[in-house]
Amino acid sequence: MQPNPNPSRANLAGWLYVSPLVLVLVPFFVAPILVVLAASFFATDGFGGLTPGFTFSNYIEVLNAALTFKLYLATMKFTMLTWVFTLIIGFCVAYFLVFHVRNQLLAIGLFLLCTVPFWTSNIIRMISWIPLLGKEGLINQALLATGIIRQPLEVLLFSDLAVVIAYVHQLTIFMIVPIFNSMARIDKKLIEAAIDTGASRLDIMRLIVVPMSKSGIALGTIFVVSIVMGDFFVVKVMSGGGSASVVSAFYEDVGVLQYPTAAASAVLLTLVLVAIVSLILRTVDIRQEITR
Amino acid sequence: MSDEAKGTFTSDPAGTEAGPAKKLSRRTLLKGAAAVAGAAAGSDAIRGFPTIWAQEIKDIELRHVGVSYSVVKAIGDQAAKDLGFKVTMQNLDTSAAINRFISQPNTVDIADLEGWQAKLAAKRGVIQGIEVKKIKEFDNILPIFTKGEIDGHKIPRQGISPYEAMYISRPDATDLHEGVTEWATFLPQVYNADSIGYRPDLVGHEVTEWKDLIDPKFKGKAAILDVPAIGIMDAALCFESAGLIKYGNKGNMTKEEIDFTCNKLIELKKQGQFRATWTTFDQSVQLMAAGEVVIQSMWSPAVAAVRVKEIPCVYAPVNVKNGKEGYRGWCNGMGLMKHLSGKKLDAAYEYLNWYLSGWQGGFVARYGYYSPVPSTAKKFLTPAEWAFWYVGLPAPEVVNDPYGVPMEKAGTKRDGGSFLDRVKNISCWNTLMDEAAYMNKRWNDFKVA
Repeated sequence: MQPNPNPSRANLAGWLYVSPLVLVLVPFFVAPILVVLAASFFATDGFGGLTPGFTFSNYIEVLNAALTFKLYLATMKFTMLTWVFTLIIGFCVAYFLVFHVRNQLLAIGLFLLCTVPFWTSNIIRMISWIPLLGKEGLINQALLATGIIRQPLEVLLFSDLAVVIAYVHQLTIFMIVPIFNSMARIDKKLIEAAIDTGASRLDIMRLIVVPMSKSGIALGTIFVVSIVMGDFFVVKVMSGGGSASVVSAFYEDVGVLQYPTAAASAVLLTLVLVAIVSLILRTVDIRQEITR
Repeated sequence: MSDEAKGTFTSDPAGTEAGPAKKLSRRTLLKGAAAVAGAAAGSDAIRGFPTIWAQEIKDIELRHVGVSYSVVKAIGDQAAKDLGFKVTMQNLDTSAAINRFISQPNTVDIADLEGWQAKLAAKRGVIQGIEVKKIKEFDNILPIFTKGEIDGHKIPRQGISPYEAMYISRPDATDLHEGVTEWATFLPQVYNADSIGYRPDLVGHEVTEWKDLIDPKFKGKAAILDVPAIGIMDAALCFESAGLIKYGNKGNMTKEEIDFTCNKLIELKKQGQFRATWTTFDQSVQLMAAGEVVIQSMWSPAVAAVRVKEIPCVYAPVNVKNGKEGYRGWCNGMGLMKHLSGKKLDAAYEYLNWYLSGWQGGFVARYGYYSPVPSTAKKFLTPAEWAFWYVGLPAPEVVNDPYGVPMEKAGTKRDGGSFLDRVKNISCWNTLMDEAAYMNKRWNDFKVA
């Protein structure tokens, strides 16, 4: 939105184009985040009362705590694991749909089929893992019955494994969709030409498919990373309360009315996410890739 | 006066049949009439209470907001039926509720408050004092709440006891007042004593001490409550029981005590003691019913819910011994939000009075919670129910839950015994410590360890 010395029709049209987005973003995103930002500099009386002012003490407290470091470590661990698995699965599914299913109609049909589980709520999809993974769950019962194990495996549920399983299950679709989208735009002739000139399958993958799916991978990564880092419910339920995340910790702060430290933690998380997303955008120029 | 209620109690274990005869007094009839006729009852006029006419109240809506075990839709529906105006029950978890009372006080009419929340709400100036004179049953509320004692037994003050949070000096006071005044901060409506639930078939012995929860024998089969403010008290009860530490006040720990408790919890977690932690009623039921744990801190109705699934489960009677053990008590009451005035305020008083008139007391008794005015609740319970839930006698017949589903077989005795046995063994109350922010941080250390 460059300021224009003599406003023209084009300029007005530009504003009209962005106005719906502005109307949504300002009240529902910009304003709340400014409130949180302001609160993060306030002082509190410990009973939920905020004293307007300007103090860095909340940030100093958050940044000085070993707890913050541990929470980010735990959250990053879940984020990385989820990212790796959703990427592998998402990439393979998209690859299969684009390059192995010859009939385009069938490919789109199968693609829609991938989205069917996502018509149910996130929470239901997560909770339904519990009877499967529990001590007396289906997997343990089957393993016990076949004599492979004598004691039920406790690591299946209320563990980091369970958290990652639930995340991967919930978020793989966010990888499939953008990767499918960018792969579908790869000209098949390019691959035929590569085969004709003697490229191996690995070379085709390495030199053509992966580089040309980069924008999809980057978009999927942004979705997955920001959702996992901003979540606390899956961690809480699937770890059986045995693990915490950045968000769950400041949710507890809100529970005891420590608004300023919670706000400071929230601002910090936003900054970290912005840094991660800009890093991704630096590596892959999504805008250029999409308009290519 | 309060002695009458006390008398009812001490005489009751002798035999429930004495009850009905004694109850049939002129006063009871009046109260019964008030309960049925609600606003129109003549007793209102006698008390000098403004009578609200049906046509004026039908447009009034009261929003009662709080936790699901205290603010129950079936109770609100019955109140609306009896009182003639609209009652909306809205459920939130404890922390969301207090946040809403403080940040959006005008969206709530009746706030569901625990003692510590009442203290906070008063401090923030979002509630107004309840005029004790306008509460018909106030004199029949058990002295646990109004005087901090029962049956000659002083109610402990570790944590924030309901008595401690009961009074303020003026309707707009922001600090609690020590001792009886004309203004109540909140009106107690439901309370209980929490302890441990366990599987008798898998634990192998009777549990009467908190330390069993941290016994290495139950490694990987124990769970603890993950609401920091009260979870830490359950942990404290365990460590005190095991003789590891003696707290000055479990309900208001020093930083050193918090450090000790959380470090010990982290140590236990690293040894794999806890299978999980739980935050909601349903989670605790699932953990026990699915065989994930055999012992955990638990609420009385959750134990009953496990038993309904035909899985043996016992609510441990952790009576106070040698200055250790005891139940963690809690009490939810109703607070009047500051914005209430005029007819709406009158309706709110009607609602508070209805709450103590017995129907609600009978309802909550059927899932194991208590009413602050048992003398009215008794009228809405069958003699068998009264004998089972309050007197602690073996159930003379099958006991049903509030919705009519059979819950306990005839002959079963309530875990923990009679009402007096239980409340006199409460050793601390739900609270928010002075060092809450620090405690919360350390609790998160435990979570992330």
